[in-house]
Amino acid sequence: MSVRRFALALAAPVCAFTFSIGVSSLVLMAFGTNPIDAWSEMLSYGTRLETFVETGNRATPLYLAGIAVAIGFRMNLFNIGVEGQYVLAALLAASAGAAVDLPPVLHVALIIAVAMTVGSAFAGVAGYLKVSRGVHEVISTIMLNAVALAAVGFLLRNWLLDESDTTLNMMTPEIPASGQFPHLNSLVETFTREITRGRELWGFLLVAVFVGVLFHVFLNRTRVGFDLRATGLNPFAAEASGADPSTNIVRAMLLSGAVAGLIGLPEVLGDAHKYDLGFARGLGFTGIAVALVGRNHPGGIAIAALLFGWLDSSAPILDVVGDAPREIVSILQGVVVLSAVVAYEVVNRIRRVSEARDAAVAVRLPLETSTGNTA
Amino acid sequence: MELLRSSTVLRWMLAALGVVVVLSVLQELARPETIDLVSVGTAESTLRRAVPILLAGLGGIWAERAGVVNIGLEGMMVLGTWFGAWGALEFGPWWGIAIGIAGGAAGGLLHAVATVGFGVDHIVSGVAVNIVAPALARFLSGEVFSGRSGGGITQSPRVDSVGHFDLPFLSGGELLGWRTPDMLGWTADQNWLLASDIAAVLSGITSSLSWATLLALSLVPVSVFILWRTPFGLQIRASGEHPVAADSLGVSVYRMKFTAVVVSGALAGFGGAFIAIEQTGVYREGQVQGRGFIGLATVIFGNWQPVGAFLGSLLFGFADALQLRDRTAVHALLLLAGVALAGLALRALLKRRHGSAVLLASSSAAVLWWYAVTDEVAGELPPITPHVVTLLVLVFATSRLRMPAANGLRYRRGQE
Repeated sequence: MSVRRFALALAAPVCAFTFSIGVSSLVLMAFGTNPIDAWSEMLSYGTRLETFVETGNRATPLYLAGIAVAIGFRMNLFNIGVEGQYVLAALLAASAGAAVDLPPVLHVALIIAVAMTVGSAFAGVAGYLKVSRGVHEVISTIMLNAVALAAVGFLLRNWLLDESDTTLNMMTPEIPASGQFPHLNSLVETFTREITRGRELWGFLLVAVFVGVLFHVFLNRTRVGFDLRATGLNPFAAEASGADPSTNIVRAMLLSGAVAGLIGLPEVLGDAHKYDLGFARGLGFTGIAVALVGRNHPGGIAIAALLFGWLDSSAPILDVVGDAPREIVSILQGVVVLSAVVAYEVVNRIRRVSEARDAAVAVRLPLETSTGNTA
Repeated sequence: MELLRSSTVLRWMLAALGVVVVLSVLQELARPETIDLVSVGTAESTLRRAVPILLAGLGGIWAERAGVVNIGLEGMMVLGTWFGAWGALEFGPWWGIAIGIAGGAAGGLLHAVATVGFGVDHIVSGVAVNIVAPALARFLSGEVFSGRSGGGITQSPRVDSVGHFDLPFLSGGELLGWRTPDMLGWTADQNWLLASDIAAVLSGITSSLSWATLLALSLVPVSVFILWRTPFGLQIRASGEHPVAADSLGVSVYRMKFTAVVVSGALAGFGGAFIAIEQTGVYREGQVQGRGFIGLATVIFGNWQPVGAFLGSLLFGFADALQLRDRTAVHALLLLAGVALAGLALRALLKRRHGSAVLLASSSAAVLWWYAVTDEVAGELPPITPHVVTLLVLVFATSRLRMPAANGLRYRRGQE
């Protein structure tokens, strides 16, 4: 029984991925390129150490974004506003980090705290509006996204700009060395005995792993996490057992926003050391995709984030070799998301039907033996 | 008075006149600092910018009236921009519109298959559509537009628009080869108090009117007629209000939802094609700029009614037009917003809703103070007016909104 359940759970993502590869191959063929060449080129480039380092760097923010979205999803709350929350948080955290001078560890801690507070507060607005005025969080977070991005533009232009900068690239002042996060290259080199050729593996990866573990423990080992999951599975039963829905909604939004605040930090702390116009946007939306593919499970999200990160970092070779345009990878990712959610839905239904059948069999079993006795 | 009560059209016309009068007064107050609050150009630009939002809003209404939330409008509009530009490039502008509509409808079909066919959560599917669509557009641009002159991976070559016309007599259009006098344009130039302003607005609406705009505007009454005056529309709305009851009466709920979502995508695709062909004359990556979401906002703003969505799109189109033409005019609008908020606060007080009254009064004071201490509004503000207004409407008027009862709920035939 459990083997079958496991097989079913595994079947969905495997089917979705195979299907997506098939669809993207068809698209490539339709435009006259050989898909086998493209995929094998990506595989050979994608298995180099530099690509793995790049994958880690790209997967780190995606993982955090996935977790942020998943916290909401786990209780049927859609935090579409992760996008706005993390960009605003990154800007304010970078500015705060540049404005103060503190001893090394404390400095980083302060930046992280600012980012989490900003993200949390901004997400909290949507939670509060839902609880107090019944505004659906999907609509409010979409609207607040626009507000956040406008606020970022306004604040950067008017108040937080680096005065000493003479280039036209608008940026905040640089965070001093004490507020920068160490990279993990020495670790990589110890394990692989290879040098990483100018690329650095961001140390924030460890924070992301820690957040994932925390998410797992929180969901499965704490009362609050249990209430959250229960509310997602059956709000009425959860309320009857003493989980106040309003408190849970606000709590989930605050937590989700706090994690969302971290998304921009790998870049701010590990690489750019400031917020500028080139700051990565759109991670919040990709985070939704990662959470969906990863089924809102900390392990699943990790696999999804690594997959998306790997696809992103090994795609550029396609342009170099000229086998296929790298944009095929975006199509692949999009189709993965769509087919994964459909596959999960189908598997869910199969499971429900088979559970109902098993239950029916289990109930009928003694009945049949009793009729057999009388005959 | 009796006539006023009986004729909806007359009532709307009077309301529109009221808006123009208020703006006109404001214009006089703010002169010479501001000149573009009421002008031919602003009116024309407002209408042109309202159309894509209107089409997205109508798309949202069609889907949500059948009970399917369509967050994917944004992605479907992106498909509309790409396929619209491609079609216009290959076969001419009208074909561009048609192919843009088909592209959007394909996005709608995807959403319908996922939500109605497989029972996937509507928001999840919509988000997925929004991820797939830009990826597809970018890929296709790289394949199709890259080699051509002026085209690239983020942009298409320039495309022709469908053409426009001036209304005869009112705005000096041609009638059977004879150039009629431009009565509204002439009046607008006379600097008569009020009359010139009204003429300017009418002239802006009726001169160099795009055929595509006319088509889009006609979809408002068409949608109202189909959804509220035909058996088919009743079946669609029944599927969104109470699908189980509709099913028991023999309505094919799945088919209704499917149809409505595909129509929704087609309307969004039209909106996208309009942006590419009529507004900018080119496909450019990211040019939809969240208009699908603003369309969604007009659905709520307009209480799931096409006319309401139309008004919402005009308001948001006006905000959009003003910020491009005249930034100081936006500043003058702060005064209007402050006064309007004060009026709402007074009304809340009379209705003994003290909490709302205090909130409204303090926000009114804040806006008026803002008006007093600044000379110009930050450029970031006008683009987010739709979002802020929608949030305010949702916060203060939730009790007056009524969405379809089974909107957003998963429906499986034979399961309660």
